[in-house]
Amino acid sequence: MSTTTDPQGGTFRLSMLLNDTRYRSMTLQAIAAIVLALALLYLYSNLAANLRAAGLNISFAFLGSPAGYDINQTLIDYNSQSTNLRAAVVGVLNTLLVAFLACVTATVFGVLAGVLRLSNNWLVSKLMAFYVEIFRNIPVLIWIVIIFTIMIAVLPGPRAFRGDDATSSMLFDLFAFTNRGVYVPGPYFTRGIGGEGGSIINWLLVIVVLVGSLFATRAVTARANNIQAATGVRPKTLWTNLAIWFVPIIALLFILGLSWDVPALKGFNFAGGIKVGGPLIALWFALSIYTGAFIAENVRAGIQAVSKGQTEAASALGLRPNRVMSLVVLPQALRVIIPPLISQYLNITKNSSLAIAVGYADITATLGGITLNQTGRAIECVLLLMLFYLVISLLISAFMNVYNNSMKLKER
Amino acid sequence: MSDAHAHSVAFVRETSLPPAPPPVAETGIVKWLRENLFATWANGLLTVASLYVIYLILSATMPWFFNGVWIASSLAECREILDGTTGGCFAVLTERWNQLLFGFTYPNELYWRPSLAFVMLFAALAPVLFFDLPRKLLIFTGLYPFIAYWLIWGGSILVPLFALVGFIVGYVVYVRLEKTSFAAGFFGGVGAALVTWAIGGYITPFLSGVLALEAVPSRNMGGYMLNMMLGVTCVSLSLPIGIALALGRQSSMPLIKWICVIFIEFVRGVPLITLLFVANVMLAYFFPPGTGVDLFLRVVIMITLFSSAYIAEVIRGGLAALPKGQYEAADSLGLDYPQAMRLIILPQALKISIPGIVNIAVGLFKDTTLVSVISMFDILGMIRGPILASTDWNGVYWELLGFACVVFFVVCYSISQYSQWLERRLATDHR
Repeated sequence: MSTTTDPQGGTFRLSMLLNDTRYRSMTLQAIAAIVLALALLYLYSNLAANLRAAGLNISFAFLGSPAGYDINQTLIDYNSQSTNLRAAVVGVLNTLLVAFLACVTATVFGVLAGVLRLSNNWLVSKLMAFYVEIFRNIPVLIWIVIIFTIMIAVLPGPRAFRGDDATSSMLFDLFAFTNRGVYVPGPYFTRGIGGEGGSIINWLLVIVVLVGSLFATRAVTARANNIQAATGVRPKTLWTNLAIWFVPIIALLFILGLSWDVPALKGFNFAGGIKVGGPLIALWFALSIYTGAFIAENVRAGIQAVSKGQTEAASALGLRPNRVMSLVVLPQALRVIIPPLISQYLNITKNSSLAIAVGYADITATLGGITLNQTGRAIECVLLLMLFYLVISLLISAFMNVYNNSMKLKER
Repeated sequence: MSDAHAHSVAFVRETSLPPAPPPVAETGIVKWLRENLFATWANGLLTVASLYVIYLILSATMPWFFNGVWIASSLAECREILDGTTGGCFAVLTERWNQLLFGFTYPNELYWRPSLAFVMLFAALAPVLFFDLPRKLLIFTGLYPFIAYWLIWGGSILVPLFALVGFIVGYVVYVRLEKTSFAAGFFGGVGAALVTWAIGGYITPFLSGVLALEAVPSRNMGGYMLNMMLGVTCVSLSLPIGIALALGRQSSMPLIKWICVIFIEFVRGVPLITLLFVANVMLAYFFPPGTGVDLFLRVVIMITLFSSAYIAEVIRGGLAALPKGQYEAADSLGLDYPQAMRLIILPQALKISIPGIVNIAVGLFKDTTLVSVISMFDILGMIRGPILASTDWNGVYWELLGFACVVFFVVCYSISQYSQWLERRLATDHR
């Protein structure tokens, strides 16, 4: 490097573009911009030339044409005459469904395994370590395939449930595990509002009541806190809260006439109830146990990150063990656990795209699989697919960041 | 009197008692059992439940494993040998061993070449993984990619040789020009390497017979070999790209920074499988018309981009973990940006990031099974495709899937153990 520089005065020389720190970053950025533009132009010209040669164009009109294929597991009405767009929406909903289910169960597995791995019980902690290591070190796709194989090769066909000498029987006469899927009782309303098609309104009503109960219990707890702060005596809230949770919802379900549609063997297959397809179960369960192993490690790390002095200090203040856990250890551990937990949820959502390997109709299998192959619109389909996942990922991160911010240490 | 005195002192012990043995419940195996397995009632119940779970697992797998048949030519023959008893049909592994490892179209007589490359991989990795080994061995590591390419793909030795010469020429030019400035050295080196490769690309087609091994196109590769190739190639290629992206994301130049941020967040926001779709059906549109870039290379490009974004985030964490004083110290020594990065910042930041990078590497290696979805026959693709679909072995699920589990577990578990060892080894803080 040059050791001395003459004072530049007002004159500007071309070499200053690189050697003068005032201009250098500008120059470099200009070069980067030009290189980027050239690269994009090059890719675009290649794309245009290739498309011209293949006689293709970029158009999203195929989304409006009939899809022409059936989907075995749908959350909304769909048939083979529906449009490709509707098939994609079915896929989106299926992706969200399996991602949501897997997030919930993976958290349960993960927290259980993580806590049990810290257990004083030698055998249990070793067993959990075994679980974590086995599931973390084998690809999730293999787990999905294994569980899918169990679903189709080990579970009995509906025929095995038939006749007097049936080799299989339904669990509690309510659940049927067959190689075509698992049949569970489906709830429906005999006195529901809106007749046949109005079930959504009824379910919304149930949700509204549950949310109302949630807010009511929070209000009760807040009032109890205020009374405790003012008088030092905490009023008993357990029975009030239980009543607020259970009385309205039971009353509502009774008014609507909740009933269960129990699956039963009709002909060669089960009818009635809700059919949960083998691919969905394979994907759901595999993602849950696989990601659960990772979450277990996060939970363990989070709990271990709370120093022992915190527990001891809380005990010295006279808190009982469960209050030590809920008031001192857990809030601090959650702060460590939540950020990696967010990325595990993101991973579940992204890994749910492996549905295509077992034929679960998520967005990758509908839009990126059958629609792509039938219409040949590779670029459009893949772009839409990426856009969807990108939006979902950003939404989850944004939502979780808000939560994370509310949990994090408030420094003043 | 003395008698009376003697009687008034009842008894004085002059020797100490021998220590009594501790109570049975407080010693040895009983104590251990009490403390670790049956501390409380709930704990005892958990222990019993765990023992039951272990019993269930063992009673289901042990007879299956130990009663297994290892030599048979088809599932039917296997069942005949078993004659109704429980037992695995591991004969499928011995019979289809080569297919599981190399895919079903790699020429049989050439299996020694990838096997040799695999063995040499350990020699090449050793000096990278273990710092105590002599540094001279790194020369072999540098040569390994070219040897491995030649062994696996075959063809004239001139192709990898010119690639190697390009790197050497580039390095020599870099060393020459680096004294004036890093940028000049870097771009000069890249330019010189490109020129060498262009010349090489012009010459090699005329001399394709020189020291030629039988050429094997990439579409003939499969089995576990494909997983290993993808994993090793993509991890090693994505490291430099990841470092560049991480530095770019930390840059004070907004344009550079935003290019890196958008790239990283985009790649991290989409699943690998969509990127593989891009490689499979879309990427070919972006190459110049008429160049048939083969699927393996397209997949390598996309997986490399994928993992480089993740590695960039890990390294960014490492960069952020360094105290600001390190940057300021480098500045106060008068080092310019490339020098500060190479001499002060990156050595420390990379050291911090090693465990994270290893995690990414393990994850990436596991993710190489995803290529089976875009109909490449890696080990899972082989199992689900040609082997399970064959009439001989239709229905041998558990032996094959178990084998896939074992090969992945062995590799991934050893890598993570290595990572933990390295973490302990690199811990320079005193505790």
